Amino acid sequence: MPLEGLVNKMNSVKNILLVGVGGQGTILVSKVLTAGLMKAGYDVKMSEVHGMAQRGGSVTTQVRYGEKVYSPLIGKGMADILVAFEKMEAVRWIDYLKPDGIVVVNNYEIPSMPIATGKAEYPHGILESLKDNFKTIVIDAAQAATEIGNIKTQNIVLLGALVKAFNLTEVDWIEVLRETITEKMLDINIKAFNRGMEL
Amino acid sequence: MKRLMSGNEAIARGAYEAGVTVAAAYPGTPSTEILENIIEYKDCIYSEWAPNEKVAAEVAIGASIGGARSLAAMKHVGVNVAADPIFTYAYLGVNGGFVLVSADDPSMHSSQNEQDNRYYAKFAKMAMVEPSDSQECKDFLKEAYRVSEKYDTPILFRVTTRICHSKSIVELGEREDVEVKPYVKNIPKYVAAPANAKLAHARVEKRLLELEEYSNQSPLNRIEYNNKKIGIISSGIAYQYAKEVFGEDASYLKLGFTYPLPMKLIKEFSENVEELYVIEELEPYIEEQIKAAGIKCIGKEVIPKLYELNPEIIAKAILGKTYESKTLDVEVVPRPPVLCPGCPHRGFFYTMSKKKNRVITGDIGCYTLGANQPLEAMDTCICMGAGFSAGMGISKAFEVSGKKDKVFGVVGDSTFFHSGITGAIDIVYNKGNMVPVVLDNRITGMTGHQENPGTGRTLMGEPTTEIDVVEVLKAIGYKTVKVVDPCDLKAMENTVKEAEEATEPYAIVTKRPCVLIKGLPAPKNKCIVDRDKCKKCRMCLKVGCPAVFFKDGKSYIEQSMCVGCEVCMQVCKFDAIGRVGE
Repeated sequence: MPLEGLVNKMNSVKNILLVGVGGQGTILVSKVLTAGLMKAGYDVKMSEVHGMAQRGGSVTTQVRYGEKVYSPLIGKGMADILVAFEKMEAVRWIDYLKPDGIVVVNNYEIPSMPIATGKAEYPHGILESLKDNFKTIVIDAAQAATEIGNIKTQNIVLLGALVKAFNLTEVDWIEVLRETITEKMLDINIKAFNRGMEL
Repeated sequence: MKRLMSGNEAIARGAYEAGVTVAAAYPGTPSTEILENIIEYKDCIYSEWAPNEKVAAEVAIGASIGGARSLAAMKHVGVNVAADPIFTYAYLGVNGGFVLVSADDPSMHSSQNEQDNRYYAKFAKMAMVEPSDSQECKDFLKEAYRVSEKYDTPILFRVTTRICHSKSIVELGEREDVEVKPYVKNIPKYVAAPANAKLAHARVEKRLLELEEYSNQSPLNRIEYNNKKIGIISSGIAYQYAKEVFGEDASYLKLGFTYPLPMKLIKEFSENVEELYVIEELEPYIEEQIKAAGIKCIGKEVIPKLYELNPEIIAKAILGKTYESKTLDVEVVPRPPVLCPGCPHRGFFYTMSKKKNRVITGDIGCYTLGANQPLEAMDTCICMGAGFSAGMGISKAFEVSGKKDKVFGVVGDSTFFHSGITGAIDIVYNKGNMVPVVLDNRITGMTGHQENPGTGRTLMGEPTTEIDVVEVLKAIGYKTVKVVDPCDLKAMENTVKEAEEATEPYAIVTKRPCVLIKGLPAPKNKCIVDRDKCKKCRMCLKVGCPAVFFKDGKSYIEQSMCVGCEVCMQVCKFDAIGRVGE
């Protein structure tokens, strides 16, 4: 084939894949993330889903950054890090991760409708299987968020964990949070972020 | 100034910078945020949610005739609704520039089909522009208005989900000072009577030749020569995917003005590269025209026609390159979207689901989820409005075959105003053996809460006349219009029974606001399972609420999700579900 000599230029661009269940706040995380990366001087593209899929369905957000980003979207085997806001979602999207990629997984289960109605069982052994195959960081974001005082800050706990796992410390994330989150929710989210960094 | 913007935000910004003064739309994913962002510029742009896409297009067309630069935005299937005025306006031509934004949804993330609306440009003989990122959404829109006015043509501005909902960096500009052109009465131009239309069609054909010349020169179409072994012709988001895969190892003819296609430029490019590929999402719209011109190229032989593309798919299709990935030996359970906890539609669909052979014709909205397990209380979903009119057809098919069962047709409040009203009229006028049901949750839900004619507020935030669904149905001729709280299961059940037995036109309006509407009073209490009383009968699971599931062998209600609608409480025969937090 005449095209074999082509060099893949995607290596210099980093790919973050956020997955979860509609309503878990993946979109807010991607908003903070992209604002921070843009501040650090990167070219940034982000892609997310709206509408029907958001109603309690499986949702993904992709964030790509680097010197120059063309595609807002990645395919299978292209993500450098997968952040799963829900355990089973980590497995659903795992083939988007590079074999040497990192998994940050929230140790949190949300039963989907076939599970809730008893037609299927929530899968066992997810964390073990993840750990056997990938560099895996397990986060108890629900517990951390509850301790902080608002279960809904799980998403920002996970952002903190992502920043730590992916070593994105060149950005002043607290300042970014100040610029992207409403005043009423700011303090608790800063706490959540710091907690995520510690876990 | 630079900002990270979605394509939809950038289109809104582009409309502002281009001097647009009138914009109209009907919400539909992935187009909705265009108008939601245009209201940011409400000091200089009048904008409205129209009752449907046809009205939106006509309002924008009228504004264009009146001299304003105008914009209509809709999702791909919305263009089907608006097609009638669009085709004729392509004959008439503009006064102020006119742009129709069509937001297509490859992969059907939130749609009933994945039609490729680029064919509309060719079919309606209107010029077409396709941006490939947010910056181009803004910049190309400004050029679109110049072309519209210079060549006297409406413009189809075609975007897709990944353009609309991806964010990328945009350099902002200033608003152009464009005055509303004077309106001059011009019967031969603007009255599409046969004699005028005949002349108009001849003008359109001449205009297309001029537009093809423009296309060959347009700044929106450009050649990037790199390695000439591979030449790639592409447009829209597919260009970004191709560029990601091939970088400088291929040459590109990047098309932003895609109807009429720049055939001279395409020929020139094809002669300068060794192997020519056409990379486009969905249909072979560009490829067909290139092949028809006798130019050899490879397209849909290798590039999939189904669903959206991405760099991985293109690398595999053309280079045979696969990215290594691993799957785990864990069985994953599907996670289909569901009605939210506390959704007012649940009580209605649960009631309907109790009688399995009931025929329920559905429609487009959150309530389409009533078709999903475990409710499965919907037989059809076709398009906006068909909940009533397709039900009418089924009722007539039943009637001629001697079947007496009444059909129930379902539409939401916004859908009722969109195109449910005409179906409701048909049922009374032509004596349908069916019951129209309006699921009135006081908002346009699925697309993210837009105002509609029933909410008493406009897009621009002004209070306005609240059109009363019940009064409209009465005026149409329904003798009984029963208003019921769908979460009151007993009342819901009685209403359905009464409707089935009614001998005169009978309509139902279920009325309860969407739980996600901001500013509603917080729920007074939540529901909780008394585990001693739970007999494991699983009745409460039949309501299909994501907050209710089995945990450690008995029913459990997740407190962080429950909003206390009490539907599950009403179906429990053992009083095992009670209230907490009263």
